[in-house]
Amino acid sequence: MTNCAIDRRSFLKLSGVLVVGFSLEGVLDSTPAHAAVAAKSVSLTDVESFIAIDADGKVTVYCGHVDLGTGVQTAIAQISAEELDVPVGRVTVIQGDTALTPDQGITSGSFSIQGAGMQIRQAAATARQALLMLAAQHLGSTAEDLVIADGVVRSKSSGKQVGYGELVAEKRLSLAVDKNARQKAPADYTIVGKPVARIDIPAKVTAQFTYVQDVVVPGMLYGRTVFPPAMEAKLVSIDERSLRGIPGIVKVVRAGNFCGVVAKTEWAAIKAARQLKVTWTSWAGLPEQNELWSYVRASKVAKDEITSNTGNATDALQAASRRMKATYDFALQTHGSIGPSAAVAEFKDGKLTCWTASQATHALRKQFAQMFSMAEDDVRCIYVEGAGCYGRNGHEDAAADAALMARAVGRPVRVQWMRWDEHGWDPKGPPTLVDLEAGLNASDTVVAWKGDFFIPVGGPAAVWLLTAQLAGLPHREDLETGSIFRNSAIPYDFPNRHTVCHRLASTPLRPSWIRSPGRMQNTFANEAFLDEIVAAIGADPLEFRLQHISDRRGEELLRRLGQLAKWETRKTGDRGHGSGVLRGRGLSYVYYELSRTYVGIVVDVEVDRKSGKTRVTHAAVVHDCGQIINPDGVRNQIEGGVIQTVSRSLLEELKFDRSHVTSLDWASYPILKFPDVPEVVIDLIDRPTEVPWGAGEPACAVVPSAISNAIFDATGARLRSVPFKPDNVRAALASA
Amino acid sequence: MAQAISFDLNGRPVTVQVDDPQMPLLYALRDDLGLHGPRFGCGLGQCGACTVHLEGKAVRSCITPVSTVAHQHVVTLEGLGAQEKLHPLQQAFIDEQAMQCGYCMNGMIMQAAALLQVNKHPSDDEIKSALAENLCRCGSHLRVIRAIRRAANAAA
Repeated sequence: MTNCAIDRRSFLKLSGVLVVGFSLEGVLDSTPAHAAVAAKSVSLTDVESFIAIDADGKVTVYCGHVDLGTGVQTAIAQISAEELDVPVGRVTVIQGDTALTPDQGITSGSFSIQGAGMQIRQAAATARQALLMLAAQHLGSTAEDLVIADGVVRSKSSGKQVGYGELVAEKRLSLAVDKNARQKAPADYTIVGKPVARIDIPAKVTAQFTYVQDVVVPGMLYGRTVFPPAMEAKLVSIDERSLRGIPGIVKVVRAGNFCGVVAKTEWAAIKAARQLKVTWTSWAGLPEQNELWSYVRASKVAKDEITSNTGNATDALQAASRRMKATYDFALQTHGSIGPSAAVAEFKDGKLTCWTASQATHALRKQFAQMFSMAEDDVRCIYVEGAGCYGRNGHEDAAADAALMARAVGRPVRVQWMRWDEHGWDPKGPPTLVDLEAGLNASDTVVAWKGDFFIPVGGPAAVWLLTAQLAGLPHREDLETGSIFRNSAIPYDFPNRHTVCHRLASTPLRPSWIRSPGRMQNTFANEAFLDEIVAAIGADPLEFRLQHISDRRGEELLRRLGQLAKWETRKTGDRGHGSGVLRGRGLSYVYYELSRTYVGIVVDVEVDRKSGKTRVTHAAVVHDCGQIINPDGVRNQIEGGVIQTVSRSLLEELKFDRSHVTSLDWASYPILKFPDVPEVVIDLIDRPTEVPWGAGEPACAVVPSAISNAIFDATGARLRSVPFKPDNVRAALASA
Repeated sequence: MAQAISFDLNGRPVTVQVDDPQMPLLYALRDDLGLHGPRFGCGLGQCGACTVHLEGKAVRSCITPVSTVAHQHVVTLEGLGAQEKLHPLQQAFIDEQAMQCGYCMNGMIMQAAALLQVNKHPSDDEIKSALAENLCRCGSHLRVIRAIRRAANAAA
């Protein structure tokens, strides 16, 4: 979105509230915003929910998924433009506005192309089919005689033509999405599969882009949240006299244990939040961090989920001539958005409007309705891009903070969390503990594989709003962690396999999902343990994997990985134990969720034996996500995913004491910096006739294991705890 | 008691009325002067999202008291170039598609612009070192390096 001071009406106009052949423009000036938008369908079954074409032939696409900085907006525009035969520049994408866009679910799990994009593709195919029929009538021709280019339909025989704009101006189209509408043949694609430049980047390099942190609405005030000094401390009292001397304070908002300040200027709000004297009870209910893994192991199991069970792993282990066992763990981590969470909210005439960077505006609307005991129809959440969130960070909580404060002062309020708020209070990627065991027979064949995963319960629904919790307002406090059981089962054909997720009833700190949730942690354990087996039997990591998958695409991917990385067949871990800087290579592979996107990676590392510092110098990635919509977008996701996960693997561990998070800034929670960024080379396997799968997460999943395997290759020491901080590496070296 | 502070912003004189001369420059730029280039990232001078040029040098506006820029020259991303007349770095960031969310990119571009003023043809290591205190969470680093290299070459 480019810069504009947003008031409701102009925002609606900006959003182009035109449905196919039906204009609301005249209505807007005289009708309240909510009445006007109520006329637009958001049903998942109507074409007009997704696509509007105006009299100038401009196309607006309404997408329930949102661009979190991943380029999805551009990809959605490409998919729509391709299917409709219009130039991509003629397409505008409206994202995640509960009044205008269909509820296509949460933007997570790398599902925006595969899920939302394919719904839009089918809607566009339906629209194209209808437009073709309209054109046939208009031109007195038959559909077979017509060709479409740039949104103009032309009769091959007569040469007469008509534009989409003219067609829709004549007639309203009310269409149900036709599952059988013929999609364009991939061989005819001219836009999909091309590296179309991102729509948003020109505005972003010239400061013309409006992030949620920039949104201004008339009469807006600034709010800041005053968080408790301990996670579950209770608010005892507030001494408002402590704000004397700060001009522009509008209100100190207290609701239960929620405390916030609203001021006329942002700086006054920041100062007030810092200076306000609040008395809290003490609380020290978090576990000792240095006993975290025994705490996790002792946590109550709510249920066991068996994620694979082939043959009889228990008996096969008993009968095995050699057994191997290892425990892996993966630290709590934070999303670490560079821009702390923010939102603007306004209560007016009993209705709530919230401008938010939420990855789930429709779910947030439901949460708001519950929290404020309102009808869902009286809540509108409008997506405005924020800083990258990589999962469910604090955006929704900041939105609820803004809403609560806006209600208290009767004016719109913008809230942005401070850095320490974001690090301290956004929900965290939960700790993961994994026990693995394998059995080998006398000829070193793996006959049994057993995995026990200790991970919190949870589904992919909404994470509860911290604000509602603090304020004691209605909310559901279910743990939601984002299908973290996935990839606990393995893609290898060992005859006896048993994997079970022990879903824990509780976990320290409010959990949520961070990029590749569970899949990354589980793949770390599985692929590193596999490497232990490979090393123990003196096999080659690439050859061994090839021998144990029976999947054509997986095999091709691994072979191409060998070529890309110039892999040399050899025994791993034989690089010697010299002093100084040791070098090694590690390989890892994932078939994401055992159902989509294949990724293989080889990383090169340097380990400073003395300091224990590990550097990843190079990563070679082969990636098969089926049909590629935008190859540069996919490359961007892979490069970013690898770099971000190198950071998570080497550096990131959220620290806490018994009361609260103590990693509260970039000094106490460092992330990877420029000098330590690896080179990344990528081989994209494009399969235009296959289903397009996700590309945001899968490449992340293989990184921690590949690094662990490379460290072993370099040093002979096995790193089983993420992150591989210098101290941990030195300790592993000492005991190797 | 509000006080007036005047400085040169992107080539034009401006005056802001502030209650607190210790207020960081960032808030004057964003809230009083309506700019969106410099961004709040940490308020601690750790991430670089708020970077502006003060007398030609890259500084962190989130920890620079507004009073200290009185009568000085401040340049923000808005002043570096505009959509109709892009700075070579802005063009290069577009050409290299050098971002994901882009929230940190104000800092990347401003830091790089300051670097190119003193080192017209930096090596990759010099680029990495100059940007070492600019954080990017999306992992767009390689593209940023390529964009800066491209801009340096374009200026040759």
